[in-house]
Amino acid sequence: MKLPIYMDYHATTPVDPRVLEAMTPFFTQHFGNPASRNHAFGWEAEEAVENARKQVADLIGATAKEVIFTSGATESNNLAIKGVAEMYREKGNHVITCVTEHKAVIDTCKKLEKQGARVTYLPVQKDGRISLDDLRAAITDKTILITIMAANNEIGVLQPIAEIGAIAKEKGIIFHTDAVQIVGKLPFNVNEMKADLVSMSAHKLYGPKGVGALYVRRRNPRVLLAEQISGGGHERGMRSGTLNVPGIVGLGKAAELAKQEMATEGQRLRTLRDALNAKLHANLDEIYINGSMEHRLPHNLNISFAYVEGESLLMGINDVAVSSGSACTSASLEPSYVLKALGAGDDLAHSSIRFGLGRWTTDEEVDYVVEKLTTVVRRLREMSPLYEMVKEGVDLTKMQWVAH
Amino acid sequence: MAYSDKVIDHYENPRNVGSLPKDDVNVGTGLVGAPECGDVMKLQVKVNPDTGVIDDAKFKTFGCGSAIASSSLATEWLKGKTVDQALAIKNTDIVNELSLPPVKIHCSVLAEDAIKAAIADYKKKRSESKGESVAVGAHAQPNA
Repeated sequence: MKLPIYMDYHATTPVDPRVLEAMTPFFTQHFGNPASRNHAFGWEAEEAVENARKQVADLIGATAKEVIFTSGATESNNLAIKGVAEMYREKGNHVITCVTEHKAVIDTCKKLEKQGARVTYLPVQKDGRISLDDLRAAITDKTILITIMAANNEIGVLQPIAEIGAIAKEKGIIFHTDAVQIVGKLPFNVNEMKADLVSMSAHKLYGPKGVGALYVRRRNPRVLLAEQISGGGHERGMRSGTLNVPGIVGLGKAAELAKQEMATEGQRLRTLRDALNAKLHANLDEIYINGSMEHRLPHNLNISFAYVEGESLLMGINDVAVSSGSACTSASLEPSYVLKALGAGDDLAHSSIRFGLGRWTTDEEVDYVVEKLTTVVRRLREMSPLYEMVKEGVDLTKMQWVAH
Repeated sequence: MAYSDKVIDHYENPRNVGSLPKDDVNVGTGLVGAPECGDVMKLQVKVNPDTGVIDDAKFKTFGCGSAIASSSLATEWLKGKTVDQALAIKNTDIVNELSLPPVKIHCSVLAEDAIKAAIADYKKKRSESKGESVAVGAHAQPNA
C-alpha cells in the first residue's frame, strides 16, 4: 500500500490512464480547431468533439446536440442560471434553489438578486433533503427556474430529483440540476429526472480539469439560454470560445468508461464505504453521520467525531487525504454551511470529516484509515476538555461559554 | 497550509496534558472559548501559596493544531513563573515562538485569555478561603 492515501474523490479525481491515452494525440498530432471548416485538421478535431458529445449524451440519456461544452461545472452553473434569468426575464424573475447548493450556484443566485431577481433558498431537513411541500409552496407565477443539486458535494445526499423535475414540469418551470457529483457514479437520465439543464464536470469523473458540460434540453420544452461569453458563436451560440479539444476528448472517454463500469464500481465502493462506516462505529463512541444514509452517493461518508476538532484530526492523519467541515480548514474561517444547514449544531460541523472513495480505493486503505483515525480520535479526546466534561456528567449545551 | 515545526512538535508531543484537582484552593482553572467556535481551552495552574510561584500547569484543548500548541506552550512557560510574571505573558510571545500565521493568531489570544482566567480563578479562591481580598501582586515575589 502506497502512502499518502487519497480519500478525497469529491474534491477531484486523478485522470484515468485510459482517458489520458485518448487525449494525448489531440495535443500535438490532431491539434486542429474544430471551427476550421475547410481543412482536414479542423475536420478531425470536429469529429473527435462530436464523438465526445455523443459519449457524454449517452451517459445521461440525452442526444448529442443537447450537450454544450464548457470550462467546468462552475461555468455550466453560471451559464444555466444567468442564461435562463436573462432569457426569460419577460416571463418572471423568481428563482428557487436550496441552502446546501455548491457556491457556484449560491453565489450566482446572489448575483442575480443584486440585479433585481428574487431568490428563494429552500431549507433542508435533518437528513439534508429539501421538502417537496416547501418547494411547492415557494413556487409563484413569477418562478422561471428551479435549481437543485442532484447530490451534495459534502454529505453526498441525493435530492429527490425526479420528484422535483415532475413538479417543475407540471408548473412549466425550467429545472436545472448541478449533477457534478452524481454523473457517472449512479444512473442519471435527463428524461427520467425531467431535467432541462444539467451541469457536469470532467475532473470529478476521472477526466481532466478545466472541462465540463451543460445539458440543454432541445425538445419538450426547447430551452434557450442567453450567452454569457460572447464571441464566435460556438456551441449553438450559447458558449463562444475555441473548443478545448483534448479536454473534451478526455471528458468523452471518461463518460464512456463511467457508463461501462458504473454498476460494478458503484457496488464495490458501496461495500467499501459501508465497511469504513461500520468499522469506525465499532471502534468509537459518539460519532455521528451527517445526512441521510439511505439517500446517499455510494462512495461518500461524512462523519462528525464529537469533542474533537476537525483540523487537529486532519493533522493527526496527515498521510490520509480527506477534508473537514471545520472552520479552521476553510478560507472563510466559518464552519461548513452545509453541515450548519442540517441543524446539528456548529460544534459537530467543526468535528466533521468527509470521506470520498473512488476508483483506486482498496480494502487495505480503508482498514488503514480506520486504524489511524481510531488512534488519533482517542488521543485527541484524552486531550479534549469537552470529552472530560461529558464523562463527568456535564451537559455541554447548558454551559455558559465565553464566545470570542 | 504548512505548520511550523514547533506547532507540529507540540501537537505530536503535547506538554502537560491533563487535569489538576479543581477544588484545591491552590489550583486556578481557566476555561475559555466555545464549542460552536471550534475551540475550547482548559488551563490550570497550581500555585505555591508561600512563594506565589506556579509549581504545576496542565491543559486540555479542543481545537486545531495551533490551539493545542498554544496551550501546550503556555503550560510550559507557566511552570516556575510567579503569578505576576505569568500575567505578563502576551499572545504575541506565543505567536512569535510558534511562528503562527495571521489566521491562527486567535489561538494565541485564547491561550492568553486562558492564563488570565486561570489566575483570576486562583486569586478568587484564595480570597474567598481567607475571607480577604488579594490584590494583584500581593504575593511575595522571589527574585527572578
